[in-house]
Amino acid sequence: MQVDRHLSVSPPGVPLLSIDRVTKTYETRRGEQVLAIGEVTLDLADQEFVSLIGPSGCGKSTLLHIAAGLLKPTRGDVRVRGESRPIHAKEFGMVFQDAVLFPWRTIRENVEMPAEVLGLPKDVYKPRAQELLELVGLAACGAMYPRELSGGMQQRASIARSMIHDPELLLMDEPFGAVDAITRENLNIELQRIRTLARKSVLFVTHSIAEAVFLSNRVVIMSAKPSRVSAVVNIDLPADRGSELMESVELNDLVRRIHRELGGHAHP
Amino acid sequence: MQRENVLEHAFTGALVAGFSIFLVIAWQLVTSWHLLPTYLLPTPAETMQAIWKDLTSVSFWTQQFLQTLLVVIVGFVIAAAAGLIVGPLIISHPLVERTLYPFVVAFQTMPKIAMAPLLLVWLGYGHTSKFLITALVAFFPVVVNAIAGLKAGDERQLILMRSLRASWWTRMTKVRIPNALPYIFAGLDIAVVFAVIGAIVAEFLGSANGLGSLVIVRQTNVDIAGLFSVLFFLAVMGSALHFIIASLGRKFTFWSQSTDAKSARR
Repeated sequence: MQVDRHLSVSPPGVPLLSIDRVTKTYETRRGEQVLAIGEVTLDLADQEFVSLIGPSGCGKSTLLHIAAGLLKPTRGDVRVRGESRPIHAKEFGMVFQDAVLFPWRTIRENVEMPAEVLGLPKDVYKPRAQELLELVGLAACGAMYPRELSGGMQQRASIARSMIHDPELLLMDEPFGAVDAITRENLNIELQRIRTLARKSVLFVTHSIAEAVFLSNRVVIMSAKPSRVSAVVNIDLPADRGSELMESVELNDLVRRIHRELGGHAHP
Repeated sequence: MQRENVLEHAFTGALVAGFSIFLVIAWQLVTSWHLLPTYLLPTPAETMQAIWKDLTSVSFWTQQFLQTLLVVIVGFVIAAAAGLIVGPLIISHPLVERTLYPFVVAFQTMPKIAMAPLLLVWLGYGHTSKFLITALVAFFPVVVNAIAGLKAGDERQLILMRSLRASWWTRMTKVRIPNALPYIFAGLDIAVVFAVIGAIVAEFLGSANGLGSLVIVRQTNVDIAGLFSVLFFLAVMGSALHFIIASLGRKFTFWSQSTDAKSARR
């Protein structure tokens, strides 16, 4: 466990995603310039899980939208595998705080939606949808409609949806922020398992330190607006993480460490 | 669950039937105690006779009922088609919306019925003017609800589509139109009832046939039972049209929690 103060240090090899000195300025209705993101530099390696944590409204979601190519950075550069370009639709999947399923589609049709929009061949995505439903534990729910499922199950469906086109990167914006604490813990264990099996890289926004530590290879702590990276904490926990780890001393040490770094801005 | 539903429906049905019987008895008592003269309020039996006479008269169907129904349906179809084309056009670009929406609001707050005489002057007393008066009255609920519906739905559904770099057409067909359907059907439901009003008013103003003109004829003849009969057939027509639209709505928006609540009714 070490706190890395040399923020430009990146994992070896060409990173999957590089956010290089990115700033974002908003114009308010009165025409004032508001700096949402101070200057953030962040690299995400292949199959790495990086969490962004920080006080509310510190621009974490904005950063995620910039990574997704939905917003342009005011200054700075986003690179995908070393190329300076916005990420392609096929290269990433998105998960929101709520499942954001389409209520007129069955769970299976919801999972298949991105593949349909991207125009993938049916014989590729149909079997894949079945595999993903099994992976997230919804094999029996394919024909059901979203409203027939609990919030936690809907969120599993949206995770399956984010992977239907087999992207390398998942962008998750507080995906478990709206479910109860017990479901959240289960979903954390599930996500850990799923992303290890599916070998995905994840950029994960959260308010929960314990969740960040449990899931991540690195936790990036951001300061309040205008946000900057205030510290990066490497999480040297075994790759294979189960529920027993939630209670471990190592995890709790890291949680306390990050809590101190945040200056008590977040709940552990 | 199923059985409870059946019981609940039976209970509601019994309540409605009971209340109808109560109303007819009250009506009978009002007439037989001469609380109102029968030339103002016919007895239930006289009214039934008038309805039966119309029901069995061929000319009533061909010259009156079906004429009005034709005006209602053609007017409604014009209004629905126009509303469903104009609605998406208005929201196609913020600039278009900002330019055109004030006109929609201005037109909406004006009683469209008042334009009927103008349309008669412009188009004459044929079918065209009746179709257009009906369409004009029925158009606004469709267009306003289509606009509200196309703007409804979770913003993040569109963010997801943007993350997939979906085209305008894909966003429209896969997200915005499905989201709009409950609103559109609520609008069509209001529109079909409005269309009956439009058709009747158009026929009041100048028409040799149709239920609207029949109302005027029977009023002139002080045929109150006959007037009641026309009102009865208008209620039947309105209810039937409402039922058809509502059933279609339930079929296409089964996933929506409450179709009836989703309406920008004005």
